Amino acid sequence: MAEFKEISPNAPLADKALNWVDNRFPLSKLYKEHLSEYYAPKNFNFLYFFGVLSMLVLVIQIVTGIFLVMHYKPDAATAFASVEYIMRDVPWGWLIRYMHSTGASAFFVVVYMHMFRGLIYGSYRKPRELVWLFGCAIFLALMGEAFMGYLLPWGQMSYWGAQVIVNLFSAIPFIGPDLALLIRGDYVVGDATLNRFFAFHVIAVPLVLLGLVVAHIIALHEVGSNNPDGIEIKATKDANGKPLDGIPFHPYYTVHDIMGVTGFLLVFSAIIFFAPEFGGYFLEYNNFIPADPLKTPLHIAPVWYFTPYYSMLRAITSEMMYALIVCVIAAAYLGASRAAISNTFKILVVAGALVVVGLMLAIDAKFWGVMVMGGAVIILFFLPWLDHCEVKSIRFKPTWHSYVYAVFVINFIVLGYLGIKPPSLINERISQVGTLFYFGFFLLMPWWSRLGETKSLPERVNFVAH
Amino acid sequence: MKKIILSLLISVFTSWSAFAATDTIPWDKAPNKINDLGALQNGAKLFVNYCLNCHAAAYMRFNRLTDIGLTEQQIKDNLLFTTDKVGETMKITMDPKQAKDWFGGNPPDLTVIARSRSGHGGTGADYIYTYLRSYYRDPSKATGWNNLAFPNVGMPHVLWELQGERKPLFDKVASHGHETQVFKGWQQVSAGKLSPAEYDAAVGDLVSYMQWMSDPTQSLRVQVGVWVMIFLLIFMFIAWRLNAAFWKDIR
Repeated sequence: MAEFKEISPNAPLADKALNWVDNRFPLSKLYKEHLSEYYAPKNFNFLYFFGVLSMLVLVIQIVTGIFLVMHYKPDAATAFASVEYIMRDVPWGWLIRYMHSTGASAFFVVVYMHMFRGLIYGSYRKPRELVWLFGCAIFLALMGEAFMGYLLPWGQMSYWGAQVIVNLFSAIPFIGPDLALLIRGDYVVGDATLNRFFAFHVIAVPLVLLGLVVAHIIALHEVGSNNPDGIEIKATKDANGKPLDGIPFHPYYTVHDIMGVTGFLLVFSAIIFFAPEFGGYFLEYNNFIPADPLKTPLHIAPVWYFTPYYSMLRAITSEMMYALIVCVIAAAYLGASRAAISNTFKILVVAGALVVVGLMLAIDAKFWGVMVMGGAVIILFFLPWLDHCEVKSIRFKPTWHSYVYAVFVINFIVLGYLGIKPPSLINERISQVGTLFYFGFFLLMPWWSRLGETKSLPERVNFVAH
Repeated sequence: MKKIILSLLISVFTSWSAFAATDTIPWDKAPNKINDLGALQNGAKLFVNYCLNCHAAAYMRFNRLTDIGLTEQQIKDNLLFTTDKVGETMKITMDPKQAKDWFGGNPPDLTVIARSRSGHGGTGADYIYTYLRSYYRDPSKATGWNNLAFPNVGMPHVLWELQGERKPLFDKVASHGHETQVFKGWQQVSAGKLSPAEYDAAVGDLVSYMQWMSDPTQSLRVQVGVWVMIFLLIFMFIAWRLNAAFWKDIR
């Protein structure tokens, strides 16, 4: 608890007012800790814009969302018409709606870039594990938010996309059908589903998201930002205890971020004003047809940001299960024969593997597809404990590591592309290989991240004055 | 439960699908007249006279037509048939139940049809432009008409008086060991009120109108967008210099 500070009665009014507040609320303290005396490494590059951009898009979505809710009607009979009402009759409603629909895709663009940044510079490594975990939770919440928001325009893609995804839950043994029923509130996607998705989309998930974002930033500011070199700036401090390579967030990074924000807004506005449908990727053409439970579209695909995971879901066929069983057996064999663990543990590993193989044979491939799709997101949470490399940043990892990361990114994009395409045998094979690579990248990381010669770390960050 | 199973069965076997148009003739490029007010007004007239009897445009208000240069009085005098209020939307009086009996399905609302039909073959305007010019006589169909861009379509050729009657010509081509028919062109069977060139121009006007109606702010949007981009570019310059001014002390 802070001491109560007296101030001279002759002080200017503004100082007196600030002192009054500071004695009751840590205003100056928060300002210092998070802005004027938050020391950020001076060598941030382009990729470090995407954190603040994620925050910007979150604000855009919340503000435009508030205005949309003023005119939108969460009712299966009037939802589609109310969106067209916003587009036509509400003054500037089209702008608000296009900002929100483009914002949804932009959110995933900036968040994927932000995650990629963290991945290659090792921003999840000790002591930033919790920053990463909160971030993964934000990503998960964001996926839920996007999925439920997509139902609200009540177009054909909204309807059938929701139908397909909710039906996935019914693949879970025993509880599946009842769970799907609970989510829908009806036997098919209908008015009840629309109402509960609306409730989740406009209040429940945004509250969770905001809370997680606050936690993400508090955790970050507690440990300090990582940087492209992946070395701790707190290791070299000046006489006053300030990091030599750190600069106050305000004003240096505030002016820097204004530049990044403007660059982002240029692209964002160009899409809103000149190509709001973005070739059918941001607003799908089928979604301009009102939802019709009697007409199934020939080709149902999720929006682009879900397609890598959708590809992995489709990759798990009953044939693919045999490949996965071989993987489980191989992992159990390696664990039992090579790992330095006690014999009791080894027996447990083998027994566990046998149980898993039994379940894999007993339960339908569709269920394992759902598990793989969920697992592809959940596995991100474990990243801090999977990476065993001596250095954090890709800059000082063995050169061939960067090729592994490059293949990982290309693989993710290919999976995304295949998720948009209608299924075919060759696409299925590619996505199966892609799925194995995706999981291999993470699950084998404790092994491969240790291999190779790391480069020597510098004392101070690499920085070229602008 | 029965209802659900039935609806699923129908949905699987329905041929009246909005996506039946994927495996058809290539789409022609529709003329772009989105900034030609005369063409849009002519298109609006054709739309109200020929389309707005069976199809509604229930999200489109009549007085929005002032955006393409018509006055409210002109709209009232020439275009209002189903309502007397210029602030009403373009609804129709046809009973949906009867429509189902007559056409095998409800004629879709046309407000945003031009947006919804876009696809790999071209824009929605291209599709409608091709579709309205691809009707031919087919006595095996209930309406006596069929369409190359939308096989087994439920809608008869509403514009036949204007276009006259045409017949598609096919070439027989051997491919992959069996013979297939390849569409070659059209042959005029009986003349309509309009010459082929005039008919294409009229359909072009109609399609441009439908494209405009699907997103009436599209021209305004581009105009505003240009100003926004100019502002942001200037602001970008300021932000860049501001950043440089602060960062010059960082070594």
